[in-house]
Amino acid sequence: MTTDASTTTEYLIRGASILGGPSQDILVRGGRIVALGEDAGASAGVTAVDAEGLVALPGMVDLHTHLREPGREDAETVETGSRAAALGGFTAVHAMANSSPVADTAGVVEQVYRLGLASGWVEVRPVGAVTVGLGGERLAELGAMAESRAAVRVFSDDGICVHDPVLMRRALEYVKAFDGVIAQHAQEPRLTEGAQMNEGEVSAVLGLTGWPAVAEESIIARDVLLAQHVGSRLHVCHVSTAGSVEIIRWAKARGIDVTAEVTPHHLLLTDELVRSYDPVYKVNPPLRTSEDVHALREALADGTIDVVGTDHAPHPSEHKECEWAQAAMGMTGLETALSVVQHTMVETGMLDWEGFARVTSVTPARIGRLEHQGRPLAAGEPANLILVDPAARWTVDPSTMATKGRNSPFRGLELPGSVRATFYAGHATVLDGRLATPRPAAAGAAPTQDVPAWTI
Amino acid sequence: MKHLLSTQDLSARNALRLLDVAEEMAAVGQREIKKLPALRGRTVVNLFFEDSTRTRISFEAAAKRLSADVINFAVKGSSVSKGESLKDTAQTLEAMSADAVVIRHPASGAPARLAASGWIDAAVVNAGDGTHEHPTQALLDAFTLRRHWARLGGNPSAGTTLAGMKVLIVGDVLHSRVARSNVWLLTTLGAEVLLAGPPTLLPVGVGSWPCTVYYNLDEALAQRPDAVMMLRLQAERMNAAFFPSTREYSRRWGFDDGRLALLDTMGLDDTVIMHPGPMNRGLEISSAAADSPRSTVLAQVRNGVSVRMAALYLLLSGDHHDEQDDEQDDEQADAKDDATDVPAGNGTRTTPDTTREGTHP
Repeated sequence: MTTDASTTTEYLIRGASILGGPSQDILVRGGRIVALGEDAGASAGVTAVDAEGLVALPGMVDLHTHLREPGREDAETVETGSRAAALGGFTAVHAMANSSPVADTAGVVEQVYRLGLASGWVEVRPVGAVTVGLGGERLAELGAMAESRAAVRVFSDDGICVHDPVLMRRALEYVKAFDGVIAQHAQEPRLTEGAQMNEGEVSAVLGLTGWPAVAEESIIARDVLLAQHVGSRLHVCHVSTAGSVEIIRWAKARGIDVTAEVTPHHLLLTDELVRSYDPVYKVNPPLRTSEDVHALREALADGTIDVVGTDHAPHPSEHKECEWAQAAMGMTGLETALSVVQHTMVETGMLDWEGFARVTSVTPARIGRLEHQGRPLAAGEPANLILVDPAARWTVDPSTMATKGRNSPFRGLELPGSVRATFYAGHATVLDGRLATPRPAAAGAAPTQDVPAWTI
Repeated sequence: MKHLLSTQDLSARNALRLLDVAEEMAAVGQREIKKLPALRGRTVVNLFFEDSTRTRISFEAAAKRLSADVINFAVKGSSVSKGESLKDTAQTLEAMSADAVVIRHPASGAPARLAASGWIDAAVVNAGDGTHEHPTQALLDAFTLRRHWARLGGNPSAGTTLAGMKVLIVGDVLHSRVARSNVWLLTTLGAEVLLAGPPTLLPVGVGSWPCTVYYNLDEALAQRPDAVMMLRLQAERMNAAFFPSTREYSRRWGFDDGRLALLDTMGLDDTVIMHPGPMNRGLEISSAAADSPRSTVLAQVRNGVSVRMAALYLLLSGDHHDEQDDEQDDEQADAKDDATDVPAGNGTRTTPDTTREGTHP
């Protein structure tokens, strides 16, 4: 591995509570945690970071991020999105494939991968499309993407459901060849034609076309059975209903290799908010009821749902400053995820910080097959870690965020928890709650050493 | 009231007040000179993103009878097709100093969006938004029902509620903004509301509405309703598998000659038949029913102008003091008092409010 001045910077993190446990010092050098506790002695030239009262956690890993580049650089770029990720406590994000052009070839995933390396704020892992152009008709060249420098392991047509059962079956089977996973956007298309919001009491009053829970649940039920039949692993994106939780619980009990994800917004917000007709609350899948919210929290706590994925979906303001029906679906989430999960899961006593680390880092890294992420905070491990002030309280103000998107549904809410520092492969991308410097591209802990000149 | 966006958030007090003012406005309509100076110098924009000649001319007549300047802005086929957003259109109207915007829009919630966005400071009147609400239609229906109910009781309309009245709404409730607005308003005014229609055209979630649901029209009629409101069946629903065929729909949920005769057989002599128009004769309503003495279809049209005059008058005459009244439900006496604020035919008692409210959130 190449080294340079920045990764040779040595950090001594003083007095951090490891995963909410006893406070210890952490010595970071050369991209790794070199010592903990008594062994972490100060030496000349070390940069001390005061972590009194802060919790040290493994850097968060997002399985579900929309970085919009290439194609919609007005909404977000790899640079702005990964800055937002670093500020939000992430050290790795998976960039969804619904860019323009779609990330359905080795060329596009390598482009995104290199943009991530060049940015240097977090590890950017491209997600490959399952079907050509997200068209749902022909498999994209999954093998080529897997073997590219981007080493894609997660494949998804996210935004669109792979609804053809035969195609889904083939995709599940095919990616076994390179230990890939299909991340399904579970939405039966016929049941959701023109759908605008959760179908229920609120949609009945508002006169907005309903998006029934069964449209999600029927696809999940089919997919877990397909995954069982062909012995593949399946990841279910953004589970949003209590019924989906029941199906996944059943599938796991049968030993089916399925993992599931929930977004921060589905852990907190309900369809009651749609009564305002403010499109900032328009999202796919839609906000559901408070019964669903509670079922999702229970499922995340008991492991039925494995991970939190942000589904960070920035949109330019003109796509939200319009009538509900015309508005784009999606919400930003990278910079609020930690706080919302702390608020909904940690402060309710449903997860401790170790559990938080499991659902935001350890398990998503395992699903995405990211070797350097989601590791224990122990000597010799890669230094992907964050320092969080759990006692902080802040009011969400989208206009001050690093993402280009201003479409945060949490705007105006007071939330707990703030990311004080982010270390990405030993490099401090965030210090004192502010962006520090990106990790130089040449430092790559990447599968490949050769970095083209244009990224420097 | 700053805006009239839905009947769901309309208090009984405000609703009755509006109906009482509409009675006064109706009296103006009987005069030789059918015009009041109340809104002289005020500008009312009819912003129609969807064709609706009937509603548009009703609002136009209402505004003109109040001496307002009326601008008709039909957006369909013009700027929207060129990609002009609701925001830009609203800001254009704001720059033209519109005092009230009467908006018809195919998207549910567009009027609420306009009112809450801060793009425009004018009063917003919902003239029908998507499948959400059509509050002035419900108000004119309530007005029509109230006159009927008061006459049967031997009372004056003003101040009367719909307490004790049973109203049956039939048809495509799922896609009907008229049905929604009527369910909220009629129950607010004390009526009991019954719904009947094919299960496919009743929304999921209807169970929490304050009404009884019937899948069988004849069962619903057996409840002896005082009024039967037939909803229009939209052409685009006919081929979307909501029901097998228009003939089957008509047989099961149409108000046909047989059901018209049934009212007589049941001795329901005072039961009226309503329809918001335009009617599909022979589909949801038979010609005999539409043209029978029970039909209130033309009275509804006539009353529409009075109700819209009342809405524009109350929104633009500047009395915003009634916003905090919501839950005080002993409103009849108050409503009568309020009615005396309505200008006499040739009077100029109303001075246009110069203290328009500033920006709202």
